Amino acid sequence: MGAKAAENGAKSSSSAPSPPPLKAFFRLKTKQQELLIRVASLALIYVLAFAVRLFSVLRYESMIHEFDPYFNYRTTLFLTRNGFYEFWNWFDSESWYPLGRIIGGTLYPGLMVTAALIYRLLRFLTFAVHIREVCVLTAPFFASNTTIVAYFFGKEIWDSGAGLVAAALIAICPGYISRSVAGSYDNEGVAIFALLFTFYLFVKAVNTGSLAWALASAFGYFYMVSAWGGYVFIINLIPLYVLVLLVTGRYSMRLYVAYNCMYILGMLLAMQIRFVGFQHVQSGEHMAAMGVFFLLQVFYFLDWVKYMLNDKQLFQSFLRITLTFAISVGALALGIGTASGYISPWTGRFYSLLDPTYAKDHIPIIASVSEHQPTAWSSFMFDFHILLFLFPAGLYFCFKRLSDATIFIVMYGLTSMYFAGVMVRLILVAAPAVCLISAIAISATVKNLTSLIRTKGKAPLAVSGKGSSSLKASAKRSEAQALRFRSLESAEAQALHFRSLESAEAQALASETSKAHEASADQSLPFQHNCAIALLVGAFYLLSRYAIHCTWVTSEAYSSPSIVLAARGAHGGRVIFDDYREAYYWLRQNTPADAKVMSWWDYGYQITAMGNRTVIVDNNTWNNTHIATVGRAMSSYEPEAYEIMQSLDVDYVLVVFGGLTGYSSDDINKFLWMVRIGGGVFPVIKEPDYLVNGEYRVDKGAAPKMLNCLMYKLAYYRFGEMTTEYGKPTGYDRARGVEIGNKDIKLEYLEEAFTTSNWIIRIYKVKPPKNRW
Amino acid sequence: MLMFRELEFKMAKSSTSDAQALFRSLRSAYAATPTNLKIIDLYVVYAITTAVIQVVYMGIVGSFPFNSFLAGVLSCLGTAVLAVCLRIQVNKENKEFKDLPPERAFADFVLCNLVLHLVVMNFLG
Repeated sequence: MGAKAAENGAKSSSSAPSPPPLKAFFRLKTKQQELLIRVASLALIYVLAFAVRLFSVLRYESMIHEFDPYFNYRTTLFLTRNGFYEFWNWFDSESWYPLGRIIGGTLYPGLMVTAALIYRLLRFLTFAVHIREVCVLTAPFFASNTTIVAYFFGKEIWDSGAGLVAAALIAICPGYISRSVAGSYDNEGVAIFALLFTFYLFVKAVNTGSLAWALASAFGYFYMVSAWGGYVFIINLIPLYVLVLLVTGRYSMRLYVAYNCMYILGMLLAMQIRFVGFQHVQSGEHMAAMGVFFLLQVFYFLDWVKYMLNDKQLFQSFLRITLTFAISVGALALGIGTASGYISPWTGRFYSLLDPTYAKDHIPIIASVSEHQPTAWSSFMFDFHILLFLFPAGLYFCFKRLSDATIFIVMYGLTSMYFAGVMVRLILVAAPAVCLISAIAISATVKNLTSLIRTKGKAPLAVSGKGSSSLKASAKRSEAQALRFRSLESAEAQALHFRSLESAEAQALASETSKAHEASADQSLPFQHNCAIALLVGAFYLLSRYAIHCTWVTSEAYSSPSIVLAARGAHGGRVIFDDYREAYYWLRQNTPADAKVMSWWDYGYQITAMGNRTVIVDNNTWNNTHIATVGRAMSSYEPEAYEIMQSLDVDYVLVVFGGLTGYSSDDINKFLWMVRIGGGVFPVIKEPDYLVNGEYRVDKGAAPKMLNCLMYKLAYYRFGEMTTEYGKPTGYDRARGVEIGNKDIKLEYLEEAFTTSNWIIRIYKVKPPKNRW
Repeated sequence: MLMFRELEFKMAKSSTSDAQALFRSLRSAYAATPTNLKIIDLYVVYAITTAVIQVVYMGIVGSFPFNSFLAGVLSCLGTAVLAVCLRIQVNKENKEFKDLPPERAFADFVLCNLVLHLVVMNFLG
């Protein structure tokens, strides 16, 4: 071996031209080739995960999408300009007028701090980037990092093949892409990376039992807590996992070390985030972790005593005493805590996950968000494609080879799939689990199939007779060995077993049984070679369809920056509606700096970030009464609404209207939610007043209250004169498909200030009170 | 350990002799543990006692400021738990950790304690 290497070295140094890369590749040993392939695939997957998320940047421009990311962008801007101390103690008087909002204490800083750090690093390396570019591209960057974590996680659970497949699957999984495209600068972009990273570190800690890995997982948990409110999932899944391990008897010392270190350090670190505060010791959602912590102490203490006593009977009495004591103390503490209200019950947001009907009746704001609706099967298919049926297959493989790590991934998969079924938004949390489990299925299947192809399936005819006779001769022993060979699915394992048998006759027997094994294998499944090839082709076809589907979905469905709308014109050309930004910039440039704008809460973040004006309510929705006041103003007749607007110091009212363009997410379609939310706090607003026979109409047959409320007037002011479609009467609402009922609208207390070019946003100025004489 | 023994004595009214036998066997078994583990056990007892004292103090004077109370109690509990983890890793009778050198276990212990106390110092307020 050494001589050969020296010879090679001498040859390459003496001959001037070096061998072409391909030849050099084949000169490497198998292990090095494998490493090269793996690293190259991972690098390609990394770049792929980043590139597939760039559709909207290439089609439109590099801008922030949707509503929530605008708040994150504004706070990141503030952070980079004013430093961390100002940011951490920021009180914003520009939103929720006149209440203001303690931003420093009511946000999850992880995303903003991460983007600011990347920005600082790039600036330090003298790349003069604008913070907006960093914000736009943060999510794809972290998606690429998630694929690397998925690779290591897959390697930890199963093997490196499964890791590679998992990385490839999660790079293009639409469920993940939906919330991490370029421009979607939202908490989930960073949080999913933190989630998977924490889980990987914890599973590694349980597998190795090392304090260092547990410390790392505590830091991962800290990052997750700083990034997203969904950290509650981690702090409940991990105790549940520990409980399952305890119940199934798979507990070990490593579990104790991993969980305890992670829980204590993670809890302490998490409490440094002001928004989380003392919830880890006071909120019902976090009590499971504490309960399992105490249970672990009792459990391991009993285990230790049992080991020391070595006497069954004495231990039984001790066990009885300690258990009754511990259970009574625990139950008493929990009971007192819950009854006295010290341990707060589950908040509405998370309670509605356990009881999906809760939000509809009690908290209309949560029920009104479209992402909080239950998931339809079509959404599952859309977001997961083939992973949906590879998931049960992967579960089967996991159960075949149970270990601490596979139990974890099975639990993660099952719980996250349940929650994904309850709320559409949570498909995102299920995506990594589904990708990992499907990767196990794919990797195990492909491995089995390729090993079937690689065994020499052709048994020579001369040996077959001898093989069958030798089988009959040494039936029991050869069968046992053959069975063992069949269960070890690789040639190397067979060779190892051969080497361990040290006698010559054992070798002879082994060679005979191997031929018998091949012969018997060939005899039992004559077409297995061809079958395996066909199945492999099928598997690769499925994977290629998955890739095509994912790319199509990303391109068509998830790359629209909701703030800029696109449609197909009459001749097939693309028409862009940039009305939102037009309106916000009009506000910025044409209104006094201290003007207050009233709109529905959806647009609050965008108005403060781009229009730079004070708003009454925004997307944070922390004060239901304030939102209900705005809802009441929108649903009342103009005089009452004017009173409410005077009390709130409103200068401008902003309304979104889609009747001219056919844009269906406008305020008229959201109006019933305004009524419901307003009516939830002010009983004077009754939903049946706005409906006709339970039906929501805006045409001539609509309810009189509907035809004269403020929202109707503001939306359809002067619309009665517009011809929107050829052949339809004037005032034809293209979004509802009807002719409006009240065409002759007169406004008494407001005047029209601005309407965008496609009538999508309409801004009205509130007139000052009339002089008395 | 002392707390549990006293409670056992009180609650085992129907089997006092049983409890005494329990005592004796526990004591004799414990005497056989090596010294370094006994030192760690002493450290754990000290930490838990400090935590109990803090809770009693909180019961007397009230829990404001809550973050300081939590920081104090959690630092005691944390270091106790980490010491138990160290004991598990250093104990020669644990098969799972037999190829973990005790120096590495101690280094991990020190590192985790460092992080714990840094966070506690930030949280004390």
